Amino acid sequence: MLIVEIAGDWLDRSSLPDLAAVQHELAHTQAKALEFDASALGHWDSALMVRILALFDLCTKAKSEFRAATLPEGLAKLIALSQAVPEKSDAVRKSTTPSFLQRVGESGLTAWTGGTSMLSFLGESVVASLKLVRGQAQFRWSDTLLVIQQCGPEALGIVGLINFLIGMILAFVGATELTQFGASIYTADLVAIASVREMACIMTGIIICGRTGAAFAAQLGTMKVNQEIEAFQTFGISSFEFLVLPRMMALVLMMPLLCLFADLIAIAGGFLVSTLMLDVSPLLYLDRTVASISLTAFLLGVFKGAFFGVIVALTGCLRGMQCGTNAAAVGQATTSAVVTGITWIIASDGIFAVICSALHI
Amino acid sequence: MSTDTNIKIEIRDLTMAYGSFVVMRDISAQVRRGEVFIIMGGSGCGKSTLLRHMIGLKRPAKGDIYYDGTPYWQSDEAVRQGKLRSFGVLFQSGALWSSMTLAENIGLVLGEYTDFPPAEIRAIAGLKLALVGLKGFEDYYPAEISGGMCKRAGLARALALDPDVLFFDEPSAGLDPISSRNLDELILQLRDSLGATFVVVTHELASIFTIGDNSVFLDPITRTMRAKGNPRELLKHSTDPAVQQFLTRGEASAHPAAQPS
Repeated sequence: MLIVEIAGDWLDRSSLPDLAAVQHELAHTQAKALEFDASALGHWDSALMVRILALFDLCTKAKSEFRAATLPEGLAKLIALSQAVPEKSDAVRKSTTPSFLQRVGESGLTAWTGGTSMLSFLGESVVASLKLVRGQAQFRWSDTLLVIQQCGPEALGIVGLINFLIGMILAFVGATELTQFGASIYTADLVAIASVREMACIMTGIIICGRTGAAFAAQLGTMKVNQEIEAFQTFGISSFEFLVLPRMMALVLMMPLLCLFADLIAIAGGFLVSTLMLDVSPLLYLDRTVASISLTAFLLGVFKGAFFGVIVALTGCLRGMQCGTNAAAVGQATTSAVVTGITWIIASDGIFAVICSALHI
Repeated sequence: MSTDTNIKIEIRDLTMAYGSFVVMRDISAQVRRGEVFIIMGGSGCGKSTLLRHMIGLKRPAKGDIYYDGTPYWQSDEAVRQGKLRSFGVLFQSGALWSSMTLAENIGLVLGEYTDFPPAEIRAIAGLKLALVGLKGFEDYYPAEISGGMCKRAGLARALALDPDVLFFDEPSAGLDPISSRNLDELILQLRDSLGATFVVVTHELASIFTIGDNSVFLDPITRTMRAKGNPRELLKHSTDPAVQQFLTRGEASAHPAAQPS
């Protein structure tokens, strides 16, 4: 028989005695039973419990009797309680490392289901848009107007600030190079063409994606968590038409206007830098600007803006609708909405550039 | 197929699964018109999952649910939409649309399926709220009222279209004993006055015995149903120890009559 003596206060959280000595003794002496002498035991907490449970496991392994009765009453009861319900062996999570092939297969399947769900979402959006055109879609105009206000007028400040800075940066960079050739007046062309064709719509798309796309994903994700989306389903109301359609409409309507605003502000930024720092006459600058912007370039920028609006609305709503049912999932949905949105905006802008150069626009 | 026209809902050979994981298999039960049907069982046994199958949120792995003799999942989309219109569902936390006031929540459903003018819709929404004791809260948002009130408002919304079948997911969860009892009373009053059929997921014994006419007991260990019938009868006559234990809060385990024969 082996007697373990426990003494003093067991409140020290930093160091616990090693059980190797007991294990060694049990193995060596082949003791039939393990008893405790706790006469000098002071205060104790769960740390002691854990040690004693570890001793219990050692005893089971060494096939010695664990005499819990020799422990103080409170401890013995707690130990008995912790052993009362047997461990549910199939409930314990096993962390297995999947093989390489398994991981490749799993990520392939994930990518496949992700792709198909994106396509079916896209299909649903086409069907819903057709229903909208025929006036059969179920949604509320009041929701649409609210979203319009949130993603349009309320975004003017940040869209203006960023595009003003972009216009200034373009002018600075352009002017530094162009002055070397004595062509600083062409800074006006550079700023105008770059912002109207590309920068204004891309920057606005990215800002709206981070601002409104994230908001869509978080809103719809939270609705998913609260079973609000399921409530739509059980009432036979299409959650797609009711939630996604107003958001898509709002962005398609607002993005071209925001792009137009961004064009003006970016040109104003370039104007400020050029006239104040490069001694370009204001009238000449405006003249060059007007001369350099073609209607095609302008329409292309505005059209791309509307297209990016659809991307932001779809990715935001898609990730929101796909959201899991807990708080962390809402965060993931929001992150994923912004990442997917920005990726698609940049990628589709590249595709636009290729198409435009092929068509000589 | 049953020829008894009094059968409102029939669950036939239903197997529920998430992917390859079978939650419950071979569930069959019949619910007569005007009954309160209880889905009971311990936590995590698939009660809510069964409810989700019944209200069209999850497709069964096998079997089907028949409403008035028509299968739900084998029918096409239009028939299913039609069926949904005759359902009212009260979700566990109410699931009110949080961006709308209580009156708008009810009004939205009415607006989708009726051609009433706005004033009329508001009047009906007010009536439904009055039925659940929330008169005067028409213009409150769900976040501004208590959990128990949300649940009652959810019930008002479920009643909006005068449904034939009302589904409740754990109506008493999170309610104090008195509110919970009031909700039970309300369910009984609604059954008597509307003649609707009720399906209630719960594990509250008090509720089960107060409102239940019929029930099914799901057992997570055997992954199928262990018993069905009137819960009071089950308490008296069931010889299944698991059912007895559940219906007596485990006190029957020492009772000799409850041992399997």
